[in-house]
Amino acid sequence: MTSDMRYILCADFGSTYTKLTAIDMQALKILGTSAAYTTVQTNILDGYADALALLEKDIGTLDYDKRLAASSAAGGLKMIAVGLVPRLTSNAAKLAASSAGAKLIATYSYDLSDAEVEEIFNHRPDMILLSGGIDGGNKEVILNNAEKIARIEYNFPVVVAGNKAVAGEAGRMLESGGKEAVITENVMPELNKLNVEPAKAAIRELFIRRIIDAKGLAEANAMMSLEIIPTPLAVFNACEALSEFGTLTAVDVGGATTDVYSMADGLPENAAVIEKGLREPFAKRSIEGDLGVRYSMESLIKEAGIDRIAIESGASPEAVTAHCKICTQDTSAVFPSGSTAAKIDNALAGECVRISMNRHAGRLETVYTNMGEVQLQTGKDLTKTKYLFGTGGSVINSSAPETIMAKALYSQVDYDILKPENPKIIIDKNNILTAMGLLTRVDKQSALSMMKKELMSEEDM
Amino acid sequence: MQASTVVLGVIGADVHAVGNKILDFAFTNAGFTVINLGVMVSQEEFIEAAIESDAAAILVSSLYGHGDIDCRGLREKCQEAGIGDIRLYVGGNLVVGKSDFVQVEKTFKNMGFDRVYPPSADLNEEIAEIKSDLGID
Ligand code: B12
Repeated sequence: MTSDMRYILCADFGSTYTKLTAIDMQALKILGTSAAYTTVQTNILDGYADALALLEKDIGTLDYDKRLAASSAAGGLKMIAVGLVPRLTSNAAKLAASSAGAKLIATYSYDLSDAEVEEIFNHRPDMILLSGGIDGGNKEVILNNAEKIARIEYNFPVVVAGNKAVAGEAGRMLESGGKEAVITENVMPELNKLNVEPAKAAIRELFIRRIIDAKGLAEANAMMSLEIIPTPLAVFNACEALSEFGTLTAVDVGGATTDVYSMADGLPENAAVIEKGLREPFAKRSIEGDLGVRYSMESLIKEAGIDRIAIESGASPEAVTAHCKICTQDTSAVFPSGSTAAKIDNALAGECVRISMNRHAGRLETVYTNMGEVQLQTGKDLTKTKYLFGTGGSVINSSAPETIMAKALYSQVDYDILKPENPKIIIDKNNILTAMGLLTRVDKQSALSMMKKELMSEEDM
Repeated sequence: MQASTVVLGVIGADVHAVGNKILDFAFTNAGFTVINLGVMVSQEEFIEAAIESDAAAILVSSLYGHGDIDCRGLREKCQEAGIGDIRLYVGGNLVVGKSDFVQVEKTFKNMGFDRVYPPSADLNEEIAEIKSDLGID
């Protein structure tokens, strides 16, 4: 079946660049792409106009049937998740905010301390997701936290997705502090049972109604056929669609964060393994705010260890330090392939991939009982996932993207981490995942056909 | 606190699952909301579940003979976690072999358990007793 649309234009408003992708829906191919420098400080529309002019120079002026856009401009959708127990409702809130495409900057548990309240204020979040207590469970903590959050002198909306018995009361407390409260179903209605969709929908609705405006995207939004969505949500949608071809994981390495997506049920591959704790969703995203090749370089190197970066890149630790300094001063610096600097960048990207996948994948723990060894699994078993997608500038522009992505694979050193063992590694060379994710909103089948054509070869299927 | 919510599980590396299913069934039928964590449950899991669910009691089973080691420190951890007043019940084949139950009961009460049950006892009576402890009629 062919689409009744002819041309679609997809825009991705980033913090420094606006990227455009023109799609021919009849031929199911990408006609052209362009990118132009923008900042929200100037005007997002200037960047859009510049990018469009560049694109038109290439492919001419087209009459677009639909214009779709995603945005990570002005810091993306900065969210904070609050819950009760770290492994339970806090984790559920974190998973819900992540799957909505938020840039999760912090997660808190139990009664918020004064210092944490101060931190929340300093973070200036766009939105908070407040949970705590399963339905019929603890009421005090979510109410205490609602009261504390209500008093923070900064105006952000709050999605309340906790114990239903007190969600209304928590909402009223927040409103008395001048915060808009949107009450929705509990992210964990029963112990260890996730329910992220209602919270995800509430976050999306608030993003459209309040955040787009606040981020200076109102005019851009008015030009689009559908509301702007957060960029990570577009990638999430693309990955979700791609899972029709088989289970997958995907890593998006950025300058500030590294995102990991997995589309797999993640149940134990070995029937003798016992599952423990929360069963994570089929479609999971995690965001690592301390792993990135530019803005988060310092925390990345701290986590990976400078010696490791040196060994991986073949450069001296001093060279790594010097490189770090240069890149901190000039965050848009790029280096000729083959240079020491480029090798260090590859090592940094590789470490982002390795560490973020270690945090995303499930774990196996062996306990010794009088019956012999018993294995317990927490999180998702991704060992048998079929595909591993790599995206993000530092992966796709690298001279060795496969080597970087191979850091996501299962290894003897981390034998207890259930990472992909033998997936097909696929690089999003032409950086189409965001545009394809947008396209799934209007025509999923065409998006799938195009991704198949652009990303996978016959033998991959 | 939710007087009729209880957290249930088999502690430690113990895989005896049958009694756990029976207890879940019996307590649910008696009107309790049972948060059943199944087998191989750590002390932390019991406590975390009790916090989120605001449970009135934790029902610990131990069948394989290592109850003594597995249960030690549970009361103290509850105190640390802010649920020090929660009722703790334990039952099953708590220690290896056929030791004197009076001695076993004493050991577990010293650990901070409110009541200790041998495997043979009558479940209906136990439930009635626990209900009265929790003020449910
Ligand atoms: C079936 C069984 C197994 C099966 C379990 C299968 C499964 N997944 O459930 C398998 C083969 C795996 C097994 C393994 C072992 N078993 Co076994 N097993 C049994 C057996 C035969 C039956 C258990 C059962 O299901 N009983 C029926 C249920 C309904 O009763 P229950 O479990 O006692 O629970 C009731 C009461 O205890 C009480 N209750 C329990 N907890 C609580 C808590 C509260 C608060 C209350 C109020 C009441 C309460 O109410 C329950 C419901 O009515 C018993 C012997 C027996 N006849 O009891 C041995 C027995 C429990 N096993 C025993 C042993 C030693 C083992 C092993 C160590 C053997 C080995 N070396 O391999 C391993 C341990 C494995 C492990 N890591 O847990 C010993 C324990 C001895 C001890 N404690 O001193 C027993 C007693 C056999 C024996 N006489 O030696 N076992």
